[in-house]
Amino acid sequence: MKQYLLSIYQPDGDPPPSVDLDQIARDLDVFHEELRAAGAWVFAGGLHPASTATVVRVRDDDVLMTDGPYTEGKEHIGGCCIVNAPDLDAALEWGRKAARATTLPVEVRPFQGEH
Amino acid sequence: MPALSASEIARVFREEYGRAVAVLVRVLGDIDAAEEAVQDAFTAAVERWPSTGLPPSPAGWIITTARNRAIDRFRREASRADRQAQAALLRVADEPFEEGPVRDERLRLIFTCCHPALAAGAQVALTLRLLGGLTTAEIAHAFLVPEATMAQRLVRAKAKIRAAGIPYRVPADADLPDRLRAVLAVVYLVFNEGYAASSGERLVRDDLCAEAIRLGRQLAELMPDEPEVMGLLALMLLVESRRAGRTSADGGLVLLADQDRALWDRALIAEGQAIVRRCLRRNRPGPYQIQAAINAVHSDAAVGADTDWRQILQLYDQLMAVAPSPIVALNRAVAVAEVEGPAAALGLVDGLDLGDYHVFHAIRADLLGRLDRDQEAALAYEAAIALTDNAAEREFLSRSRDSLAGA
Repeated sequence: MKQYLLSIYQPDGDPPPSVDLDQIARDLDVFHEELRAAGAWVFAGGLHPASTATVVRVRDDDVLMTDGPYTEGKEHIGGCCIVNAPDLDAALEWGRKAARATTLPVEVRPFQGEH
Repeated sequence: MPALSASEIARVFREEYGRAVAVLVRVLGDIDAAEEAVQDAFTAAVERWPSTGLPPSPAGWIITTARNRAIDRFRREASRADRQAQAALLRVADEPFEEGPVRDERLRLIFTCCHPALAAGAQVALTLRLLGGLTTAEIAHAFLVPEATMAQRLVRAKAKIRAAGIPYRVPADADLPDRLRAVLAVVYLVFNEGYAASSGERLVRDDLCAEAIRLGRQLAELMPDEPEVMGLLALMLLVESRRAGRTSADGGLVLLADQDRALWDRALIAEGQAIVRRCLRRNRPGPYQIQAAINAVHSDAAVGADTDWRQILQLYDQLMAVAPSPIVALNRAVAVAEVEGPAAALGLVDGLDLGDYHVFHAIRADLLGRLDRDQEAALAYEAAIALTDNAAEREFLSRSRDSLAGA
């Protein structure tokens, strides 16, 4: 069994009024329930906005910190989910369900090694 | 025992490479290891066959030898040992090779190569490499990219298949229509790249068409019950049948209506038309089958003037219903011009948003010329010439422009 990271990409700032956050929360609950029932669940969680992030770097022995996310841009990871899946097709199927529930693009990326 | 020439061995290589790699991928679970083993086996064949002659089943010989070479290699290179692959090998090492399951192995590999998680360029390159047995240099040459770029593309695609766990599997029924469309699109793209010859050397391009047809025949053999697979094969055969008539002695482009039909390949036409008739009887139409049927109608006409444009227009109406696109609408307008006249066709063409496509301007120019609107026609030819890089097409368009009465 392999593990895959499902990263959900979210536009910065408040969602437009047309987005039904309650519906999305309900759909995500259903998705997570389905992951658990299938034995595919490893982890899932939503993140605070990218503006709350801090980047830490070590240069020589000094620790440098910068306010904000590592990558610049208008979209950042808004949440992620780790699933067990036998192959990419199965992982992509979870990705499809995550994208449908969140209404956002989902990046599916394999972890190294078998689990 | 008759002596076996290098070209005969090369032919076996072309025919059996994909088959052998597909089986070895299954056995070894790794594309690179499979390719290495099959290449080892062909190296052995080049040494052995000239004196022993061709074995009764060349594919069986290659696959058995490749499997044995892979076992030797794993034993020799203990440091590089892949425990899983080794275990798999030891399990199957004593199983005799059977011809039957090979079909499924090749089909699995085609679906892996054309997996939608791979970029279109990577799908094409992998398919030509693993199933067509083309070298990286040949693929790079055919697609006019540096060999290093193509090598990188293949390495990256194979690494993704391995790391991301793209399965070797024929998709489940629910996914099959979508996934099959991707496979057919790859084969048709290879064919069009060869046929359209947007630039580059003639010879290599013809090879691409031949390779696409070979892949199409393989698919037809593997999935004879999929009407679109048969439709694509028929479409390629019928288009290919006109190759000799498509260019004049000096390399210029000859329009369908003006082609010398004695130059058409009757055997390819007969084969293509027979497939189209089978598709019609099956009555599960799709875009490739309909395009094949349109080409079959063209092939029926002894001279251009005999073409049954009404039937072609009906087929385009059907194509617009199942796979509407501006390009299909443009081609349909050409049929409308023949059935209802150029004015009706021009009305349709002017409504299409295809300003970046040289053929759009060329068709407009032709219609305007037929309506004696020569100045507008000349401008449209200019627009078409400015948008094409193909020397033969530019030459053709320039000649058409110059032959306008008022120009």
